[in-house]
Amino acid sequence: MSARNEFLLGLLGAALLVLLALSAPWLRFVLTVALAKGLAVLGILLLLRAGQVSFGHALFVALAAYAAAFLAPLLPEVALLLPAAALVAALGGLVAGLFVMRYRDIFFGMLNLALSMVFYSLLEKLYGLTHGTDGIRLPLPRVLGLTLEGAAYEWVLFALALSFAFGFAALVRLWLAAPLGQALSGIKTREARLEFMGVPARRVLLAAYILSALMAGCGGALVALTSRHVTPALAYWTASGELVFIAILGGAGSVLGAFLGAVVYELTRVYAAATIADAWQLILGTVLLLVILFAPGGLVGMLRGLLHRRPTPAKAGERPA
Amino acid sequence: MTGWFSENGLLLGLALLDGLASAAAIFMVAVGLNLVFGVLRILNVAHGSLYAIGGYGAASLAAAMAAMGLPGWLSLPALVVAAALAGVLLGPLIERLLLRRVEGQEPVLQLLVTFALFMILEDVQKLLWGVQPVSNDAAMRLLGTVDVPFGQDVIPYTAYQLFVLPGVAVATLLGLAWFTRRTLAGRIIVAVTEDREAAASQGIDSSKVMMLTFTAGAALAALGGALASPVSAMVPGVGASTIVLSFAVVATAGLGQVEGAALAALLIGLGRSIAVYFEPELEVVVPYLIMVAVLLVRPQGLFGVPETRRI
Repeated sequence: MSARNEFLLGLLGAALLVLLALSAPWLRFVLTVALAKGLAVLGILLLLRAGQVSFGHALFVALAAYAAAFLAPLLPEVALLLPAAALVAALGGLVAGLFVMRYRDIFFGMLNLALSMVFYSLLEKLYGLTHGTDGIRLPLPRVLGLTLEGAAYEWVLFALALSFAFGFAALVRLWLAAPLGQALSGIKTREARLEFMGVPARRVLLAAYILSALMAGCGGALVALTSRHVTPALAYWTASGELVFIAILGGAGSVLGAFLGAVVYELTRVYAAATIADAWQLILGTVLLLVILFAPGGLVGMLRGLLHRRPTPAKAGERPA
Repeated sequence: MTGWFSENGLLLGLALLDGLASAAAIFMVAVGLNLVFGVLRILNVAHGSLYAIGGYGAASLAAAMAAMGLPGWLSLPALVVAAALAGVLLGPLIERLLLRRVEGQEPVLQLLVTFALFMILEDVQKLLWGVQPVSNDAAMRLLGTVDVPFGQDVIPYTAYQLFVLPGVAVATLLGLAWFTRRTLAGRIIVAVTEDREAAASQGIDSSKVMMLTFTAGAALAALGGALASPVSAMVPGVGASTIVLSFAVVATAGLGQVEGAALAALLIGLGRSIAVYFEPELEVVVPYLIMVAVLLVRPQGLFGVPETRRI
């Protein structure tokens, strides 16, 4: 998809989201969370380009959310709180990244899962610090010095999420077109060749990993500010699985897929999860299998197939031209 | 130090005994994970779910047998039967219907397929066995307790955890060593592990070997769960923690190392049970601390050989 077409489709989607948020006030909250998750999914897509899948990326979502919760009483200002929390996640990404960068494929995925499980159990067990599964409530922060209540505050966060979505989607597109992003595809096909060309593969991947942690962190901070309540469940493996699921559902080939997938997922979840809570992971797993086996281009691939009237040859994790 | 020991000696003794028993169960899962990875080149994320299903199945079978009034000594073989059933029913199904379809595809797709299966099986457990802890300690009560001398103290400990669990693990370890070195079937598996194409050119049906190996691996995981079920209750989420724990064992030992996995399981099992008695908050973290510490010094694991890079 050309940059212009994707941008236009993005604008169309954004207009649709604003209309939805205007039509039903409770959707504002749902859509803000969906866009926040989309940011984290964007990070998964970036790593998928290098053929790597992280089963623990909710770690960075939760890291930023808890950072926001701890900083909120000291720094009750959205304009400061959000970047600070995202920065904590990026720093976490640097530390974790330095360790997991030595591994690929299975080890990469599983070590990420292990790190997130450690963080989850620390959040749950260190009751004195984190209040365990009860979680922490955030006081209402100010927005640029103004105290906003109710709808106004929600609109501000919705707008923030939407502009972050556009900003980071553009950044990821640029990143993937730049040498730094082209080298990511090289890691997937054959890393040794990259290194023969003098490209430091680990550093290329580390840079992408830190960016993905930063984006997950922005998502996490937005979730914390929107729901104003953080719990260890944010870091649980199901949350990480959700992100991987959305990435594949939306279509690993396009930045648009991250947000399309996230919005479709969240809307479905709100309507369906209450009635079939016990079988939710079962349904997710089944849909994931079906998408991998039968519709590897995801939702974006299907959309593209409809627009162009021809089936898309893209596989999950690959970028169509 | 002597003062600390006289105060905490009993706890330390219990921690060592518990660690031995839990190491045995983790080893059973890790060894299956290794076996499957060796032949199929797929790390099965749903492997921990097979442990959970083995455990739930064994507890249900034991409860059903008690309800029918069957003699108590049957509860021991019932554990093995439940595990074998779980492995033989699920193993070929998963291998043929799912893994076969993504054979030879990108590693990330294979990982995602087993991850999807893991999500499905986690809920299948909840649907079949509910969210309340499920356990049946008939097999453990059957064997009673023995007094274990420890320093000046005597620790009464269940014979089941002391003999059956480590016994089965040691038997598995020795049996596998004998199987892969001395029998034709074992050597065929080793041949497929080393080079699938070369093995196929010698007339080995690698497709059949892959299915049988996967089934054996699944049965080993289920056996681990079945053996653990009289000691620790099965709860939702046990599959997730088991796969991560057994992965920690495999990574610490080095991928593909069977004897190494036994040592790593012991290290991690003991580390965890010592944490349970002395620093309970750290229980979940200790196995990963051990793993990360080992991987920082030796990225290929304790006994792993660094992979030569193909160009």
